[in-house]
Amino acid sequence: MAELKPIATRLAFGEELAEIGSREDIVVLDADLSKSTMTYIFKEKYPERFVNCGIAEGNMMTTAAGIASTGKRVFAASFAMFSSGRAYEQLRNSVAYPELNVCAVGSHAGLTVGEDGASHQCIEDVALMRAMPNMTVISPADGTETRAALRAIVDYQGPVYLRVCRLAMPILFDPDEYGKFEIGKGRILKEGSDIAIIGSGLLLHEAVKAAEALEAAGISVRLVDIATIKPLDEALVIESAKKCGAVLVCEEHNVIGGLGGAVAETLSKNCPTIMDIIGVKDTFGCSGEPMQLLDKYEMSAPHIEKAAKALIAKK
Amino acid sequence: MKAERVKELAIIANRVRKNVLTGVYNAKCGHPGGSLSITDVLTVLYFDEMNIDPKNPKDPKRDRFVLSKGHCAPALYGVLAERGYFDPAELVNLRKFGHFLQGHPEMKGVPGVDMSTGSLGQGVAAACGMAKAAKIDGSDYRVYAALGDGEIEEGQVWESAMFAAHHQLDNLTIFIDNNNLQIDGDIRTVMNPHPIDEKYKAFGFHVICIDGHDYAAIADAIAEAKTVKGKPTAVICSTVKGKGVSFMENNYGWHGKAPNADEYAQAMADLEAIDKELGVL
Repeated sequence: MAELKPIATRLAFGEELAEIGSREDIVVLDADLSKSTMTYIFKEKYPERFVNCGIAEGNMMTTAAGIASTGKRVFAASFAMFSSGRAYEQLRNSVAYPELNVCAVGSHAGLTVGEDGASHQCIEDVALMRAMPNMTVISPADGTETRAALRAIVDYQGPVYLRVCRLAMPILFDPDEYGKFEIGKGRILKEGSDIAIIGSGLLLHEAVKAAEALEAAGISVRLVDIATIKPLDEALVIESAKKCGAVLVCEEHNVIGGLGGAVAETLSKNCPTIMDIIGVKDTFGCSGEPMQLLDKYEMSAPHIEKAAKALIAKK
Repeated sequence: MKAERVKELAIIANRVRKNVLTGVYNAKCGHPGGSLSITDVLTVLYFDEMNIDPKNPKDPKRDRFVLSKGHCAPALYGVLAERGYFDPAELVNLRKFGHFLQGHPEMKGVPGVDMSTGSLGQGVAAACGMAKAAKIDGSDYRVYAALGDGEIEEGQVWESAMFAAHHQLDNLTIFIDNNNLQIDGDIRTVMNPHPIDEKYKAFGFHVICIDGHDYAAIADAIAEAKTVKGKPTAVICSTVKGKGVSFMENNYGWHGKAPNADEYAQAMADLEAIDKELGVL
């Protein structure tokens, strides 16, 4: 793969949205954060199809529903805290219940918003969105996957929650090799048999580093990327559990209700397997640099490595 | 509006009121009071004004209506059935298991319903979305919404008001059903939203205050709204909760309660008396 610059998934989203924006059925809404969510790139290219809703995220989501009801595909972006939290009920009743083609974009998700602190560190959006009937939940790991996901979302029928992050991260997937994003399908990054590490979003990067360290220590890791948290690729999760006998989920989210919860629900029904979840341990975050925070909340690669070893010891 | 047309609309509205009562009575629950207060506005919209075709309910060029006060579904269903979107015989199945007339308006299953509603405060935002889409597309369809006077205690109502004025949605007309009663009592004692007209004016709306049971006034307000450029119109409708049924009128106890058999008979007798006055029976 040619050397590609690190990029935040929010920026890849914004660039790709402008790229596919020539489609006249696309309308983009933002709530005064277009320079942060990166929808401003679309706005500069297609101002007539960009609608600033002001600082009123709940109202933006219902407005998005009204626009979508006329046959358009609406992307409505704000910080994850507000797209999923402030606007939860509007998404539930005006978007998900009538199954309208609205993609609610939750940018600046997770702890790695960093310095803004706990008020803006949304660690429960996946749980909220996952519990909502009709809602598809997508959390891409890098720029390549974000672009591919967006191209899939724009042709998808029904509501989607797209989770992207603030922090620039390295490219994990070669754009020439990634192919099509299939909603509901996970990817095996690396085969292995001692433990399955399942990662999503930004924390997949830490999982990759941990897997490399574990391999160096002689532990065989199957590394799986789950970008669609709902519907979950249950077949891949079950197969990974059966093959490895231990599953470690890594996500930048509360350990309650996120991808870890989804994997646990699936495995407990189909193939009970010892597992653990790397995530925020049901506490609020605090201000700090993103990587300082991942360390403090025991989510960085060394913590994943340690948890993997502990899990294998319990097999 | 000619007296003859007023009478025609009054006759239709009375049928819609009977539909409301029949639906709620058979469901043994539901919201008759606010349904009866908004019935006349809905009747004028669906029978006198809106560019719609019951045979083609999804026509992209159609005018649209959003019942923001979604609990008044019996009135919306009642008027849609009269207008030919579905068989009025279905109204006895309101709120019943296995039937399509959900307790609150549901756009996927009920022909003619343009937006699913029920959670208060959201309808105008959805209507704004439709009106904004029309502006984006250069379409000339118009969008209407009706909301309750208690409902405007919801903060989102004012977010959507700001949006409508900011985006100059002159293709949007909203009706506030000002019957002055909400579940817990008089709106002025629960959480006073008055002065409603001044609030909408301050938010940048063209405001028209009318008697919400005067068919000619409703039609005139709609016509006036069409002449206003660059701003949305709010029609503040002075109404009577429970209108047409003697024992329900101005009684907040009938906000969300079904009549028993005797009360249903009395209510239908009241409406039949109106029919007699109109020369129907």
